[in-house]
Amino acid sequence: MKVVLQHLTKRFPSRSKKGEEVTAVSDFTFEIPDGKLIGLLGPSGCGKSTTLNLICGLETPTSGHIFFGEDDVTRLPPENRGVGLVFQNYALYPHLTVRQNILFPLQNLKGSEKLSKQVMLEKAEEAARLVQIEKLMDRKPSQLSGGQQQRVAIARALVKMPRVLLLDEPLSNLDARLRLQTREEIRRIQRETGITTIFVTHDQEEAMSISDLIVVMKDGIVNQIGKPQNVYDEPCNLFVAKFLGTPPINVFSGEVRGGVLYIGEDGVLSVKGVSDRKVFVGVRPEGFLLEAAGPLSCQLQAVEVMGRDRSVVSTHPAAQSETIRSIIPSEVQIDQSRDFVRFALKPAKVHLFDAESEERIPFTV
Amino acid sequence: MQNKNWKAWLYLLPAIAFLGVFMVYPLVDVFVYSFEEGYNSTSQTFWGTGLYNYSYVLHDPYFLQAVKNTFILVIITVPVSTGLALLISVGLNSIKPLRELYQTVFFLPYVTNTLAVGLVFMILFKKTAYSDGLINLLIHFFGGQSIDFIDGPYWAKMLVMCIYTVWVVMPFKILILTSALASVRQDYYNAAKIDGTSKWRTFTRITLPMISPMIFYLIITGFIGAFKAYSDEVAIFGTDLNAAGMNTIVGYVYDMLYGDSGGYPSFASAAALILFAIVLTITVINLMISKKNVQY
Amino acid sequence: MNYDKIEQAAARRDKIRKIITYVFLTLWALIVLFPFYWMLLTSVKSYSAYNGEYIPSFFTLSPTLQNYVDAFTTVNLARYFGNTILFTVATTALMMVVIIFAAYAFARLDFPGKNLVFGLFLSLMMIPTELVIITNFVTITNWGMRNTFWGLILPSVTSVFYIYLLKENFEQIPDELYKAAKVDGTSDLKYLFKVMLPISQPTVVTIVILKVIECWNSYVWPRLITDDEAYFLVSNGIQEIRENGFGRENIPAMMAAVVVISVPLIILFLIFHKKIMAGVSRGGTKG
Repeated sequence: MKVVLQHLTKRFPSRSKKGEEVTAVSDFTFEIPDGKLIGLLGPSGCGKSTTLNLICGLETPTSGHIFFGEDDVTRLPPENRGVGLVFQNYALYPHLTVRQNILFPLQNLKGSEKLSKQVMLEKAEEAARLVQIEKLMDRKPSQLSGGQQQRVAIARALVKMPRVLLLDEPLSNLDARLRLQTREEIRRIQRETGITTIFVTHDQEEAMSISDLIVVMKDGIVNQIGKPQNVYDEPCNLFVAKFLGTPPINVFSGEVRGGVLYIGEDGVLSVKGVSDRKVFVGVRPEGFLLEAAGPLSCQLQAVEVMGRDRSVVSTHPAAQSETIRSIIPSEVQIDQSRDFVRFALKPAKVHLFDAESEERIPFTV
Repeated sequence: MQNKNWKAWLYLLPAIAFLGVFMVYPLVDVFVYSFEEGYNSTSQTFWGTGLYNYSYVLHDPYFLQAVKNTFILVIITVPVSTGLALLISVGLNSIKPLRELYQTVFFLPYVTNTLAVGLVFMILFKKTAYSDGLINLLIHFFGGQSIDFIDGPYWAKMLVMCIYTVWVVMPFKILILTSALASVRQDYYNAAKIDGTSKWRTFTRITLPMISPMIFYLIITGFIGAFKAYSDEVAIFGTDLNAAGMNTIVGYVYDMLYGDSGGYPSFASAAALILFAIVLTITVINLMISKKNVQY
Repeated sequence: MNYDKIEQAAARRDKIRKIITYVFLTLWALIVLFPFYWMLLTSVKSYSAYNGEYIPSFFTLSPTLQNYVDAFTTVNLARYFGNTILFTVATTALMMVVIIFAAYAFARLDFPGKNLVFGLFLSLMMIPTELVIITNFVTITNWGMRNTFWGLILPSVTSVFYIYLLKENFEQIPDELYKAAKVDGTSDLKYLFKVMLPISQPTVVTIVILKVIECWNSYVWPRLITDDEAYFLVSNGIQEIRENGFGRENIPAMMAAVVVISVPLIILFLIFHKKIMAGVSRGGTKG
């Protein structure tokens, strides 16, 4: 099922009497292709959960439209939309067993849609098999681990074969190891069922690792939509560049003069097609090359061993953050007897942003 | 260290002294009284020990009337007030504007002197030479016959009694149920909504089981409270409850102790212990049922 | 599927449900408030006007305060009122002292047998007053304290439940504070009054309010222990007024008295309604 959002806007009345209203989502337009896994990504309070609530119908938009396929569902009550929603803390009914929890949505069907008991049980078994919890059917939620509860919640959302599956921070309540496992699991289940799936997260790694497309939001405004790798490689503005990637991108203030990029007094890179102006320079940690005659000179602070790589921590007066973190392969020798290091930069890992608008400025080497 | 121990006991001394004199000793004493036959409170003598006091009380028509009244009161008011409070709380929980105002208004009877407001109920229901009273006028308006609810037939008096009792106990129940309902996480309701669960099914399959511990708590305390009914009766029918035929078990205990019919602490003790046994039995039964039914 | 119809039907259902809810809640609010309105209304009707109305009217155009004058002159309302204030203040104050010390001992001090004693205290919570009131009546009578304030006050200056509530609260205060105070050389008593009580202030206030309500409305014990009008509290006063005051039919004057004794608690409630409701849902029982 294709999901289309058209100029979707949601404003909430202000909490205090005098204050202005709060715009949670502003003019969101996006067509989600059928059968894809979409990650809605952004810091907390960016409007991603509100977007999810708008899509499933728990909230109605102030303006704009939502289509499922060709159907305008903008003001339709949630139960008529055919969506499945997995809650951040699962919202499993504590007094019902796993089986009863999964059966619950089916028992709501009325009239011609009503199913026989036998069919309902079969469907519940099928959903349970899909998420591999068929052995836990008679337990109560309190007797399950976090990961198992998560699977039950997914099974409950899937049992009616929804047109769209929505997941609200599905991994945030799991520990690190389970998180890795479960995100693979979500990817697998989504592939097997082919249901268009939208999930919300504040963890960029999570979103990048399993999504077909990611949507980066900030303050209710969509900043960028694209394939994870594309968004990482070509962030449209400074916010997106900072938000994606671990360790985070290093930002310097710099200046373009006569087609050359200067950080401090060092001309570090030739950038063609950029007029003279002040810029922010973003350099991914893997964009640094250790070179004895490299143009960028930094004060060396420490070298941290991470196994496969080493992380060189240094400082530079033009840097926006206290330290600069660069990732250097283990084989490269680092002379730690001196108190400075010199870097050359990989042009593909360097991004320029206008100092005023913070928009990305494309350049060629 | 020794010094410290002394200090601790010193801090506890007032509490222990008061509890000892006014709780523990009386607790023992009430049993003693209840078995002392023919106790005379002026000479403080008695002529034997045995079960005579119990037998006297159990054969006293006033006591039997009081037991009957109390049971009717309990059986009517506990379910009615709990059910009504549940209905009101669900309503309160589903609205946003004015909610706090309604909550505050609903709680008002809790802080008022029940003796005082009882008088108002009395004049609302009472039929006098001058006026039939407001309630009777309402009954007239709908084409009924006027009745004297205060000095009239038994069922009419019982009705007023039940109405007033419900009015008095509602605030506490509404308060407890509203906070129980508010503590059910919104997620459950959202989940149910997305699954297309009807309101009624959401209520019976999700809300009720989630708040069932609180409902049982209210039923148990409701039973205990209703069995101890007394001052609400006095408020409406005056101090001579036996004459009005509206006495309760607790009222019987006090009448035996004091007033025109008083001076018999032994009979009072026996009646109080019988009441205690009834309440204990019912509470135990309640707890057993709730253990089976409170679902998590 | 006709989406428009579904949307409209859902919106209509919601609206109807909302209307029914508000009507129902308003109805109950009227039932709750009506007795209060009626007592206020009746209290400002003149005696003759009230008795002249075969059909009681829902408002009056000639309100009078004569009934209030009567309430304070014909019967001893001022005395009942004063007695009740004295009783309430004394009982509450004494009880606070008793329970603060007891809660402090249980929460802060270690002594052999503490758990046993606390367990015994808790088990006393299950004892209904009706069971012990008989002996207390005899005890107070034997002590010659009938028709005295001490007789009224003494049996209700301890409450196991409030000790329990306060102890729980005291125990939530981190140990580090106590150690810090000890290092500074603060005495135990000073620590109790300067640190623990201020921190536990919300609970203390709740207990005070609940106890005040209880005292103001208490009826059974005062009735047993006093038959001299000079020691009547408002509850007994109301019964006395009803049976012997004014003459049986002077209902407006009776209502004036009822208003007067109801007003203090209603004012208290209007000021503290959030605290009172929170306190009752934590620990009150009635009904």
